[in-house]
Amino acid sequence: MIVTFRVNGEDRTVNVVGYESLLTVLREELDLPGSKNACEQGECGSCSVVLDGAVVTSCLVMAADCEGSDITTVEGIGSDRELHAVQKALLDHGAVQCGFCTPGFVVTAAHLFEQDPHPSGDEIKEALSGNICRCTGYGAISRALEALAEEGT
Amino acid sequence: MEITRPASLDEALAARADDPGADLLAGGTDLMVEVNFGHKKPEHVIALRRVDELATVEDRRIGAGMTWARLEHSEHRALAQAARTVGSPQIRAAGTIGGNIGTASPAGDGLPWLAAVDAEIEVASQERGTRRLPWREFFTGVKRNALAPDEVIVAAVLPEHVPGNQHFAKIGQRSAMVISTVSACVVRDDDGTVRVALGSVAPTPVRATGAEALIAENPDPSDAALAEFARIVSEEVCPITDHRSTESYRRHAAGVLARRLLERCLAS
Repeated sequence: MIVTFRVNGEDRTVNVVGYESLLTVLREELDLPGSKNACEQGECGSCSVVLDGAVVTSCLVMAADCEGSDITTVEGIGSDRELHAVQKALLDHGAVQCGFCTPGFVVTAAHLFEQDPHPSGDEIKEALSGNICRCTGYGAISRALEALAEEGT
Repeated sequence: MEITRPASLDEALAARADDPGADLLAGGTDLMVEVNFGHKKPEHVIALRRVDELATVEDRRIGAGMTWARLEHSEHRALAQAARTVGSPQIRAAGTIGGNIGTASPAGDGLPWLAAVDAEIEVASQERGTRRLPWREFFTGVKRNALAPDEVIVAAVLPEHVPGNQHFAKIGQRSAMVISTVSACVVRDDDGTVRVALGSVAPTPVRATGAEALIAENPDPSDAALAEFARIVSEEVCPITDHRSTESYRRHAAGVLARRLLERCLAS
C-alpha cells in the first residue's frame, strides 16, 4: 500500500508491503540507515526518531500507520556543513565509542534540548534512560550533555 | 496486509464490525514486538492513533488512548507513579493504558492501580453499543480478557470516590526499562480501610482481600500487625517461577512491597 509521510522536512511516498516497521522502511526503502536496528523490541533506543513531536523507537512503529506523520531521523539533525550542538558536545567530550548507539542518543538528546535548553543532570539521565550504550559509555555522554546544558544551545 | 486508520470511534467500531478479530494497533509497543519476532502476522490492522475521543481524560473516565507519557501527570498519584515505571521515555510516548488493558499481561504496570481503585473497563461495539465490565470480569487469564472480537476498549471508568492516598511501586531487575517481577498498589481511604492490589504474581491482577480485612480491623496497625499484613499478602498471591524470578522470591517480595506501600499511605 502507498503511504506518504514527511521525513526530515521532505515528503516521501513509499510502497509498504505489509506490517514492516518504520525502522525497516527508513533503512531499506528511504536510504536513511542512521537509525540502527538492534533489539527490535523497543528496549535499546538505537532506532529512536521523533514522530509527530515525540521520541519513539521506530522499530515499534508500524510503517503503514505513518500516513500523514512528521518524522525526524538522525539524518535530519545538524547538516553536512554544521554539526548540531548535541553532536558537537558528544564529539568534544569523547562520548562516542563504537558509535552504534550514538544516532539514538543524538535524536533523544537533541529533542530534549529543543524542549529545554538547560536540563538538569537528572533530567538528562531520565530523558536518556531509554537509550542503551553497550560500551557503557554513559559517563562521557552525561558529561558532554551536562556541559552543553550549562552553556545552552 | 490491510490497514484501516479510523479518525473517530464510530469508524473504528465499524471497522471492527466489518472484520471481527482484526488486530487493534494503538502505541504498537506490544503488537510490533510480536510482529518483529515473527509471532504474529496481522492480516488486517485497525490503527487507533487518530481516534481523538480515546485520547482524553474527563472526570471519571480515562480514555484507552491515553499514553503513559500523559498519564505521568495524572491527578491520581499511584497511576502517575505506575506510568513513570513503564518502559522508557520512548515507550511511554507511544504505549497507552488501553494497550496495557488489552494485552492483559500479568506484568501490566497499569493493572494493579485499576484493580486497587476498582475500575471498570468500558468497551464498545457497533452492534451492542457500550458495556462496562468490572476489572475482575475483564481480565480472565494470562494475556486473556473478555473483549469480544468486534469490540474496542474505550476507557477505564473510575468509581465516584477514589481515595487520594495511594501508592504504586514495582520491583524489577533494574530500575528502568524493566518488566516487573512484582508490582503493587495500595489505596487508603479516609476511614482507614485499604485496598491492596498486586501484579506479576498471578495470571491476572489480584487483590489481597485477607490483608485488606486485617487492616479494616486495625486501621492504625502496630509493627506486629504490619508484619502480619505482609505475611498474609505473601500467602494470598499465587506466583510462578519463570525466567524473571522464582515463586518464593515473588511471594516474599509481594509482602514486603505491599507493606512498604501501606506504610507510605500511613505516613501521608
